[in-house]
Amino acid sequence: MTASPTVRSELLRQRSRSARLFLLPMILALAVVAGWPLFRTIYFSFTDASLTNIDAAKWVGFKNYLSWIQLKSGRTIYSGLLVDPAWWNAVWNTVRFSVISVALEAVFGMIIALVLNAEFKGRGLVRAAILIPWAIPTIVSARMWGWMLNDQFGILNDLFMRVGLIDHPIAWTASSDTAMIAVLIVDVWKTTPFMALLILAGLQMIPGDIYEAARIDGVHPVKQFFRITLPLVKPALIVAIIFRLLDAMRIFDLIYVLTPNSAQTKTMSVLARENLIDFDKFAYGSAQSTLLFLVIALMTMLAIWIGRVKLDGGER
Amino acid sequence: MPISIVKNTAFYALVAVIVVCAVFPFYYAIITSFRTGSAIFTIEYWPTSFSLANYVNVIASGSFARNLLNSIIVSACVVTLSLLMAVTAAFALSRVRFRGRSLLLLTILSVSMFPQIAVLAGLFEVIRLLGLYNTLGGLVFSYMIFTLPFTVWVLTTFMRDLPVEIEEAAIVDGATPWVIITRVFLPLMWPALVTTGLLAFIAAWNEFLFALTFTSSTETRTVPVTIALFTGSSAHEVPWGIVMAASVIVTVPLVVLVLIFQRKIISGLTAGGVKG
Amino acid sequence: MTTIRMQDLRKSFGTFEVIKGVDLEIEPGEFMVFVGPSGCGKSTLLRLVAGLEDITSGTLAFDEKIVNSLTPSQRGIAMVFQSYALYPHMTVYDNMAFGLKLAKGSAEDVKRRVHKAAEMLQIADYLDRLPKQLSGGQRQRVAIGRAIVRDPKVFLFDEPLSNLDAALRVATRLEIAKLHAKMHETTMIYVTHDQVEAMTLADRICVLRDGNVEQVGTPLELYEKPQSIFVAGFIGSPKMNFLTGEFADAYKTDILGVRPEHLEIKDKEGPWKGKLLLAENLGSESFLYIDIGANEPLVVRQDGSAHQQPGELLCVAPVNNNIHRFDQSGRPAAN
Repeated sequence: MTASPTVRSELLRQRSRSARLFLLPMILALAVVAGWPLFRTIYFSFTDASLTNIDAAKWVGFKNYLSWIQLKSGRTIYSGLLVDPAWWNAVWNTVRFSVISVALEAVFGMIIALVLNAEFKGRGLVRAAILIPWAIPTIVSARMWGWMLNDQFGILNDLFMRVGLIDHPIAWTASSDTAMIAVLIVDVWKTTPFMALLILAGLQMIPGDIYEAARIDGVHPVKQFFRITLPLVKPALIVAIIFRLLDAMRIFDLIYVLTPNSAQTKTMSVLARENLIDFDKFAYGSAQSTLLFLVIALMTMLAIWIGRVKLDGGER
Repeated sequence: MPISIVKNTAFYALVAVIVVCAVFPFYYAIITSFRTGSAIFTIEYWPTSFSLANYVNVIASGSFARNLLNSIIVSACVVTLSLLMAVTAAFALSRVRFRGRSLLLLTILSVSMFPQIAVLAGLFEVIRLLGLYNTLGGLVFSYMIFTLPFTVWVLTTFMRDLPVEIEEAAIVDGATPWVIITRVFLPLMWPALVTTGLLAFIAAWNEFLFALTFTSSTETRTVPVTIALFTGSSAHEVPWGIVMAASVIVTVPLVVLVLIFQRKIISGLTAGGVKG
Repeated sequence: MTTIRMQDLRKSFGTFEVIKGVDLEIEPGEFMVFVGPSGCGKSTLLRLVAGLEDITSGTLAFDEKIVNSLTPSQRGIAMVFQSYALYPHMTVYDNMAFGLKLAKGSAEDVKRRVHKAAEMLQIADYLDRLPKQLSGGQRQRVAIGRAIVRDPKVFLFDEPLSNLDAALRVATRLEIAKLHAKMHETTMIYVTHDQVEAMTLADRICVLRDGNVEQVGTPLELYEKPQSIFVAGFIGSPKMNFLTGEFADAYKTDILGVRPEHLEIKDKEGPWKGKLLLAENLGSESFLYIDIGANEPLVVRQDGSAHQQPGELLCVAPVNNNIHRFDQSGRPAAN
């Protein structure tokens, strides 16, 4: 408020004191639940910690990330996360999944948002209907769709065969060709409503008179979309996309339940947990977790930087 | 006009496709849950039988009811605790000016961006240290990593919009910050509290990774873990009927809640999204 | 009965100084009005007295006791806000009782005081209603009532009539004047940008400009003996006419000021002549805008409707030599 008054009023002092008191529990909680564990995970990545004996962890430097041995024959053997094909496969899976799912969700979300933005009878019903996929827990969706995608008794195979799209039942979740497709189907089904709602909020901020003026001017609806709607809804759309992208990169639940043990869908989170808990390669898993954190942190900072540059002062 | 009739039918066809795609999986799960035995393995699009055998099985199956209770307890506790801390923190962050305020807000928001796996290793150690492994308390404790940032952020946004003059009138009346929060702001904010609490409850209810990793016995499990790990008598036989019944039991209350609080939830989601 | 004394009071927001050294003494039981154009700092000054803003430097004293570091309720002030600031979720009764309950008053005492104030303001029938069920004028009275029940040492008003329509404004102005008469022992400070409110309500007026005190005095003093052309032009509506150049030279001064109500149209002769540009008829009086060749038209007030026609040549003269002379710096000429 002011520079430095000679006598600080009791009111300001009282409020400052209260503010500190009010913030303390929350900051403490976050420090213990997020700050410290993150620090420890990063620390573990530089040790040889194991699940059964965490306390005996010894510092090993970058060994988990990258190390090499020089053989007597002169060859160098590299080992560590950065040269582990399983890791890079996970990275590729994660990126592939994120980009495709967010792109699909953006397109479908836009379509649904446009539909919900129009005035028609039964609009409330449609809005309620699309909330259902969002309301269903991810694990439940995974099992529901697992059932629908079942190779022998799944209704989807039956439907596609009746319609003639395929000629024999496909093992969607088990087959390596279709595992990612299965995951994408479920994720898009579950998350498009959220995207649609975010885009809808952006659409509703566009004043109606612009469309009326365009109609009077005789502008074709399709052109209206590309010239008026899209540019004006871009900020909301971009925020939604960035949000979802960061979220998609962290995905775990769906893949763990729908397509467990599938090399085509193992994302970084799934791989990391596998190493941490199942394989008892605790330090290795910590390194993977750390790298994932770094990737997301970098992406977040990039997003903020782009946001600042694009919106130019719209930042709080 | 024939063109507009075509346009209209095309539009409503699109609407129908959207609704069917959204609702069908849930509908199918429900009708599957009412089928038993070998009937499950025939593919039917319409409800053919109506048997509650699966539901009886699920509820009688020992730990499911217990798991449901666990989920309720954990979610309710973490939401209550988070809201308590968030309300007071939101006051400090929205109504009191201090240096580093926006940095603090940004830091809190960034915590919600943490991939859960990144803290798994560290949290595992902390939870074991505090003796909270395989307890509901451990889950309540760890869930705060995503409920706190969310509730703080949303409540701060709401409190920021409360009129300054009402607060000043209360100050002139002799109200301390605690009185202002409890007797003036909270009554004005309770719709926001309900919405935020509901969204946080749903997030806690759905949580899987921590529940999977920090519990080891079937009695302590929460519902998502139970449903994920439902296996039959043999490793390859999944009791689909029972799985669907359990899914429906878990989902119907959620769907009902979401439909009742539709408007509030939508505005809550978009407020957090658009402003964030 | 509280004396308020300000000595070299200053307030800065960051590096921007809003109140630039105000010295003012307010008499016990006085109704003091802070008036001035937007941005002059009158609201800020009021908030400094209230304790809602920190004082950067200087002292503020109530009855010789320095109150710089006290909270508003510790200072014993009560305030009526521009937008009423009633608690929307509380009934009228609870709104008025809130401060008393916080001060741990007994239930009887609270009830007594609330009812007494409600009677005084004629809102006793609304005690059970919520603010949203009341009209603007009723809400304002509740806001005043909330302030009265606290039996304050100092009563502060922050532009309380701005949100009311014209008719309601006059009625509420009357209420406030009656309030002052009834509570003649309570010192009151009233902030407004409307000089009519200032003139009608005040015991004394403090004209502020750019964070400085331009002049303090009774309404009549400000009207008859303005100490600067700023005050001369601010008080009185329509504004005082200011003439410079040859018009002023004729009266041996740099700037000549004369109010529209101190001018009359003469039949044959007058120091100023010009064509009538426009006549504004208000029924009870009319204002004539005459182009006498100065920078701006001369405004003349006339009783009743104007019978003159635009384009007509008119002669204007001051009445009873009621003119004001100012020098180049805008101060009254020494004579």
